[in-house]
Amino acid sequence: MQNGNEPRKHTIAVLVENKFGVLSRVAGLFSARGYNIESLSVGETLDPSVSRMTLVVRGDEFVIEQATKQLHKLIDVIKVTDLTDESHVEREMVLIRVNAEPSNRAEILRTADIFRARVVDVTPVSFVLEATGDEGKLEALIELLRPMGIQEIVRTGKVAIARGPKTRVRRGEPPRKPRTVDDLKVVGFAD
Amino acid sequence: MKMPGARIVLECLKRQGVDLIFGLPGGAVLPIYDALYDFEGLRHILVRQEAAAGHAAEGYARTSGRVGVCLVTSGPAATNLVTALQDALMDSIPIVAFTGQVPTHLIGNDAFQEADNVGITRSCTKHNFLVKDGNDLGPIIREAFHIASTGRPGPVHVDLPKDILVKEWDLVWPDKIQMRSYNPNYDGHPGQIKRAAKLLASARKPVLYVGGGVISSDASAELRELAELGQFPLTQTLMGLGAFPMAHPLSLDMLGMHGSYYANMAVHHSDVLVAVGARFDDRVTGKVDAFAPNAEIVHIDIDPSSISKNIKVGVPIVGDCRRVLGKLVEAVREELRGGPAPGVHEGRQQWAAQIAEWKRDFPFRYEWSDDVVKPQYVMQEISNVTGGEAFIVTGVGQHQMWAAQYYRFKHPRMWCTSGGLGTMGYGLPTAMGVQAANPGKLVVNIDGDGSFAMNSQELATCFTEGLPVKTVIINNSGHGMVRQWQRIIYKERFCAIDLPGIPDWVRLAEAYGCVGLRVSKPSELVPALEKMISTPAPVVLDVCVDKDECVFPMVPAGGASTDMILAPPSRVVRDRAARSQTGF
Repeated sequence: MQNGNEPRKHTIAVLVENKFGVLSRVAGLFSARGYNIESLSVGETLDPSVSRMTLVVRGDEFVIEQATKQLHKLIDVIKVTDLTDESHVEREMVLIRVNAEPSNRAEILRTADIFRARVVDVTPVSFVLEATGDEGKLEALIELLRPMGIQEIVRTGKVAIARGPKTRVRRGEPPRKPRTVDDLKVVGFAD
Repeated sequence: MKMPGARIVLECLKRQGVDLIFGLPGGAVLPIYDALYDFEGLRHILVRQEAAAGHAAEGYARTSGRVGVCLVTSGPAATNLVTALQDALMDSIPIVAFTGQVPTHLIGNDAFQEADNVGITRSCTKHNFLVKDGNDLGPIIREAFHIASTGRPGPVHVDLPKDILVKEWDLVWPDKIQMRSYNPNYDGHPGQIKRAAKLLASARKPVLYVGGGVISSDASAELRELAELGQFPLTQTLMGLGAFPMAHPLSLDMLGMHGSYYANMAVHHSDVLVAVGARFDDRVTGKVDAFAPNAEIVHIDIDPSSISKNIKVGVPIVGDCRRVLGKLVEAVREELRGGPAPGVHEGRQQWAAQIAEWKRDFPFRYEWSDDVVKPQYVMQEISNVTGGEAFIVTGVGQHQMWAAQYYRFKHPRMWCTSGGLGTMGYGLPTAMGVQAANPGKLVVNIDGDGSFAMNSQELATCFTEGLPVKTVIINNSGHGMVRQWQRIIYKERFCAIDLPGIPDWVRLAEAYGCVGLRVSKPSELVPALEKMISTPAPVVLDVCVDKDECVFPMVPAGGASTDMILAPPSRVVRDRAARSQTGF
């Protein structure tokens, strides 16, 4: 199949039945085709019988279209949304253990402050920082801290939600009652 | 009323309308076999190896239009079954497979005969279940049959831990199935159907390319109506054979790697190609860039993931073949009402003449011999003697292709072959399932000596269960298809292909209580076939054929249909084939 599209990162939200084995079905679908999942996070939704997975995968349009169709084909998958080209908010969290010698403690705290990161653990020689944000922000923070001596990094997978007043609900069901908002016209890009 | 889980399984099968299961007992499923001891209305056929249970269920399903059921134990039985599950998955055959599992508290403990059954079958089933609560037995079995038989059909696996089968539970049987995550789309989009109709009505070189989906959805009548309405030439895939009578003037026979010259040429030169329940398999398309290069392609399929998977499609229609074809017939009739557009009529006449010329000049052909039996001749005579009214099952290899080329198919659901997976050894067990589903009917298993050897133990099942399957072995003392590839593509460097004449198939058949016959001259063939058919027992007819015969035409893997080899190739052609060998 010919296509001129360059591979790029896609963020795909998948609503699935909250059952055992679903994660391996989704993961297996990618691994069987030799595609790498760059990031994956799973959590319950408002409806405890439904989980939401946020997948980040790299691929050209053909690969992603096939992956999306194959996801749909899984019996336990309720809905698949490729958020990449839609307006959406993405966040991930990182915990960073960084060397904190007396000479650079103040510098680390300043940097943390700029990135709205929090210190969640302190020892005489180290800090653990907690930061959330999109990938770019976290990369920037890590780069600034790297000269101080990062000992360990733990990152969550990415989570993503579409912007706007509409909730993405299950197929065939009326949307949930929207929360009362005085002026729905204000659709903010608050962050 | 509470009853053991094993009994619930059988009650559910009965409510599901199952009257026949293929199986092989073992430790983890013994509770079910104990319940089966005095359970009325469910026939159990004991196979000799678990994959055979799966294939038999496939044969039952394909020819009856119902869901085939098999039951085997845990661990090695489940892993043996895997081949049949993948086979059913690739050919979209609805079966429900039950396996035993060690008791829930031992799962993951490396218990005796334990395997991660659902983990192993996850990728080779349409869906699978591990039952962890006996109250789920009814709903899960209900869903399993629903999933297997709806949408694009396929195998569903249910894993049953032993303690669930032993403990007593209430029988929970949901009145209806509601699955928010599974709602196949049956009705094609009306706008797309209209677009397809307009294309067909204005096409100068139309071709219909139909596959197994037409069989699965029982759409043969609608297909014939469409073809005759517009006089559209029609070619069938290996899985689609029987969807359209081969004797029909519009039939172009099979297409693909070993398809007819005229089918492949017609597809290659078509300007509108309508694929119905087919999936553009690499054995059909060859080199995708060179497949139907000038055609506007319409694709009717119930599985959205089949669409634009291999070939970019202009007009996709997701829906059930039967319903979509019904609507398409109406739409085409509407389009044709005003008469053809200028130039269309002349174009169509030229197209019909072109196809007639290809058909006349390049039919399937082989060289006759008075001394040695040509395998193609065996197929012709099987076709003649049965009048095209037998159920035909094949193994995998050269004989499979010759059967597809030379048997004159008349009816749908009378042909079983392992198309997608190419499972050698598929023939005999599948034929057993076909015979069990169609008692009193003639079932012929056309097999190769290599392929038949892989499941010949099932002759015992045929004998003990009273399944008078007729097997014709096309015996060329070797793995003929491999020999053919080594001859044409690997410069006659023959390697690991010889199967010297053991076992003696006649004596093997007799050892199993069956009747064995042998033919080694062309003149003996027809009497032997007649004797085979008139024998009420299972028969093995060993036909010693020309071992150097090759299947032609042949499109080298990864080649374009214009690279087709029509006859035993010269050195030049052979080198070209080796060069175009980009596929596998």
